Amino acid sequence: MTSLLKQLLLALAAVVVVPAQAALNVVACEPEWAALVKELGGDSVNVTSTTTALQDPHHIEARPSLIARMRNADLLVCTGMELEVGWLPLLIQQSGNPRLVAGSPANFEAGRFVAPLEVPTRVDRSEGDVHAAGNPHIHLDPRNVAKVATALAGRLAQVDAANAASYQQRLASFSARWSEAMRKWEQQAQPLRGMPVVAHHKNMTYLWSWLGVREVATLQPKPGVEPSGGYLATLKAQLAQQPAKAVVRGAYEDARASQWLSEQSGIPAVVLPFTVGGNDKAKDLFGLFDSSIELLLGAGAAK
Amino acid sequence: MSVSRLAAALGGGLLCLWFQFPARAAEPSELEQVKRELAQLRQSYEARLQSLEKRIAELQQASAAPPAQPAIPAAAAPPAATSPDAANAAAPVATNAAAPIAAAPSTTSATAFNPAISLILAGRYANLSHDPDLYKLQGFVPTGGDVGPGSRGFGVGESELGISANIDPTFSGQLTASFAADNTLSVEEAWFQGAGLVEGGNLRVGRFLSGIGYLNERHAHTWDFIDAPLVYQAFFGGPIKTDGLQLRWVAPTERFFELGAEIGAGTSFPGSSGGRNGIGSTTLFAHLGDDIGESASWRVGVSLLAHRADDRRYDDVDSAGIPVTNSFSGRTRTWGVDGIYKWSPGGNAQQRNLIVQGEFFQRRESGTLSHDTLGAAGVTSRGDYRATQNGWYVQAAYQFMPRWRVGARYDRLDSGSPRIGQVESGALTAADFPILQSAQPSRTSLMFDFSPSEFSRFRLQLGADRSNPAATDHQVFLQYIMSLGAHGAHKF
Repeated sequence: MTSLLKQLLLALAAVVVVPAQAALNVVACEPEWAALVKELGGDSVNVTSTTTALQDPHHIEARPSLIARMRNADLLVCTGMELEVGWLPLLIQQSGNPRLVAGSPANFEAGRFVAPLEVPTRVDRSEGDVHAAGNPHIHLDPRNVAKVATALAGRLAQVDAANAASYQQRLASFSARWSEAMRKWEQQAQPLRGMPVVAHHKNMTYLWSWLGVREVATLQPKPGVEPSGGYLATLKAQLAQQPAKAVVRGAYEDARASQWLSEQSGIPAVVLPFTVGGNDKAKDLFGLFDSSIELLLGAGAAK
Repeated sequence: MSVSRLAAALGGGLLCLWFQFPARAAEPSELEQVKRELAQLRQSYEARLQSLEKRIAELQQASAAPPAQPAIPAAAAPPAATSPDAANAAAPVATNAAAPIAAAPSTTSATAFNPAISLILAGRYANLSHDPDLYKLQGFVPTGGDVGPGSRGFGVGESELGISANIDPTFSGQLTASFAADNTLSVEEAWFQGAGLVEGGNLRVGRFLSGIGYLNERHAHTWDFIDAPLVYQAFFGGPIKTDGLQLRWVAPTERFFELGAEIGAGTSFPGSSGGRNGIGSTTLFAHLGDDIGESASWRVGVSLLAHRADDRRYDDVDSAGIPVTNSFSGRTRTWGVDGIYKWSPGGNAQQRNLIVQGEFFQRRESGTLSHDTLGAAGVTSRGDYRATQNGWYVQAAYQFMPRWRVGARYDRLDSGSPRIGQVESGALTAADFPILQSAQPSRTSLMFDFSPSEFSRFRLQLGADRSNPAATDHQVFLQYIMSLGAHGAHKF
């Protein structure tokens, strides 16, 4: 090999290899897990999320940019529970990254570490877009986040053994801060117990279950089925009988249905961030719950 | 795609593989450190395990007492949800917190390994101003494939049954069978693939939709229009399938860059079943793609396709109106470029989104053309044949509100004027090759569709097809597409 060619190849190696070696390349499927990886990994990881807070994690396409990101990932952090079933298996396959095959250590599924809610007794599409493994929007219960954090720190240490101690230290710090914050949130949210709300999709179940909020209806007649005018009229009639305190939707969900219902019934419409980045205050996981509780308390206090 | 970029990607990839091994070998001091860390981990886990075991014991005592009181007032608990505190407390019981809470199947049965099954039901109603049996693409050798608007009136389309599963840790497989309206069954796809045999690589073996172009790899039920663009119909007789093997490789770059190669039997048009050993078709393709901000993404590609045709026959009539069979032997080369751009506000395609795509193909054929190869009209003649033909389409589909979309497409072909040896020498006239007489078929289509859910779609398509220079075929289609079973993949 001539020295010129050698130099050229080394220069190329510097371009291609160095960024990959500098930090563990983590691809998260949702912003909440990207935020958690940041908490636990700090500078040892380089993390991106394949979805933003303004995108519906059910409906993502296997875009070229995502294939390229999967190709270079050392660790994948997703919810699982069939939330990403439409696009993640395809991305993993097309990327040709053998580390990410389902079940391997570098493919982390958060949903496997929490107790699922709303596991359907009957899996049939006549029930809408149901998930056989249960409701996959697990991150809105901070107790689930704590469990996933413990498991994720272990997984980070397994995949990147050189920084294992740092991950455990960061987990200890995060867990302490998280427990503290949870106590604070639970205290703040006392007035929310038993508060009746209407949600857009069945994606807040874990939040309601944690706070004791009562979901009296959803705007979608069946999960994943967008509401028709007729259905909304029925809902309006139902709410006249059984009033709710708020019509809640996630930042990524269509505003029209909940605004119409809010105007018609006089119940305030509330936009929750749903995940990290969903509003200006939800800059990290702590901000996500700070903001969500503040917004719900605001609606609960009205009238 | 410049050669230097390609070389850089390939060189970088090889070096990446090469550097991986030394980087992962642990130094002895590092080994000591890892051992220490492991010991620390073990200690902390033991402490956790003990505390969890204590909780289990407490909970077991608590659950022995009749109905456990949920921490949240009963009225506040959502009806479908199990009491959250109980659920949370129960979670660690299964195993320690760092291990998955996978519900172990209580019974093991052979059905647990059943593959994923998906079924597509499609059907349509067509109102055509011209008899579809007389349909032809003037200027283009008939492909023997899926050409034309299909039959009039009601009809079930192709029902597509897909079966797929992992085979073992290395391989996965898929069969797509198609049940046509005339009660015939055909194998659309039957392949196995091995992912990650090399870093970034995918090997596929069997029958599969070729990776050329953009639309070719997508199943018909995911298209934005009811039928294939004219260029696909004229050049390949519908999407081209390869019986053979395909290797794809994604470069380890930040921007998506993929190379692919296929070798196959090449027995379908533009090749021919020549009954030979070896490779009948070779395909090369490359894709480049990325996002533009959060709202848009794109992909462009180039494809090359080489076939050998041996005695590829087609039927025509000579200048006296006598039916004859002609035959071509020689080389056929097709190249193409394709591009797609997708936009949705903030990358959320649920409310509104736009898809714009276009493809261009050009084919060059050179070899020998035999006129009246069976001697039906008297004398068989042979001569040189050279043709350059091209075709393209552009289309756009716009979802203006959830579930509703509108789209438009324009198709155009140019058959060029083939050089036929017998005509140039004066032995025959151009009128002896009526199908090969130059033409520029075109078509305009408008589409409206409504998707009650991700799994169902209804479509209205209007078309003005000028494939036959003599008359324009006015077309109205109504179509339904239903997908049952396993959740389909959201391919870009």
